[in-house]
Amino acid sequence: MVESLVFVLMAIAAVAGAVTVVVARNPVYSAIGLLGTLFAVAVLYVLQLAHFVAAVQIIVYAGAVLTLFLFVIMLIGVDKDETREENLPYQRKAVIALGSAIILVAAGLALFTDFQWVPAASEALIPESTNGTIEAIAEPLFTTWVVAFQATALLLTIAAAGAIALAHYRKRDI
Amino acid sequence: MVDPGLYMTVAAVLFFIGALGMLVRRNALVMFMCIELMLNAVNLTLISAGRAMNDINGQVAVFFILVVAAAEVVVGLAIIVAIFRRRSTASVDELNEMRG
Repeated sequence: MVESLVFVLMAIAAVAGAVTVVVARNPVYSAIGLLGTLFAVAVLYVLQLAHFVAAVQIIVYAGAVLTLFLFVIMLIGVDKDETREENLPYQRKAVIALGSAIILVAAGLALFTDFQWVPAASEALIPESTNGTIEAIAEPLFTTWVVAFQATALLLTIAAAGAIALAHYRKRDI
Repeated sequence: MVDPGLYMTVAAVLFFIGALGMLVRRNALVMFMCIELMLNAVNLTLISAGRAMNDINGQVAVFFILVVAAAEVVVGLAIIVAIFRRRSTASVDELNEMRG
């Protein structure tokens, strides 16, 4: 009962934040809307027992990424309003038509066929007490997926080096 | 327990809003935020699928996506700042030198 209530509230908050991101004219409001969505999604993670991922979501996304976004917004200025005039003649209508068609087909499939969102649960149930803990995630992360984990370390190094290289360019280079 | 399909419906709505924003906005920063929105929607889908199927690997996949998203934001924002220092604009409509 409590779970349903929290789910409905957080779903509304997440969608409202997402709409704010798209419709806000000022990029700062977009960033704040994204912050709301990230928090709401983190609560939805907690509802599904993904406690560690929820904590990482708050620390990495809401903490680091959003701060970086706001920093860049402040750096390059927020006073320039983007033009809303359309210079593509018919694409917007085509997108609206195609998007509505996709939504209608998906809703029809979900409502009127016996559509299964996920296959049935596997036999090896994870006990509720250990699901989503650091130990539960670390075990496959450092055994099955250890090569991918090393690759992400390499990726982060490359990203940091690339960002530094981009920040150190001279004006004639680009 | 809330049906996992409901979580996935929320995720689908978030993804759709993100894709829509990607298509209609011209500010490169807002387009980046829309990408983050779509990544979050996918993460939510993975978490609910992992919960419904009792598989911890869903959460491991989300962990990797978080790392890739962080790396992407670092490089992308550096590119946006570099373009802004050169061109004094963050609008993708004005970056059309490579138009054929």
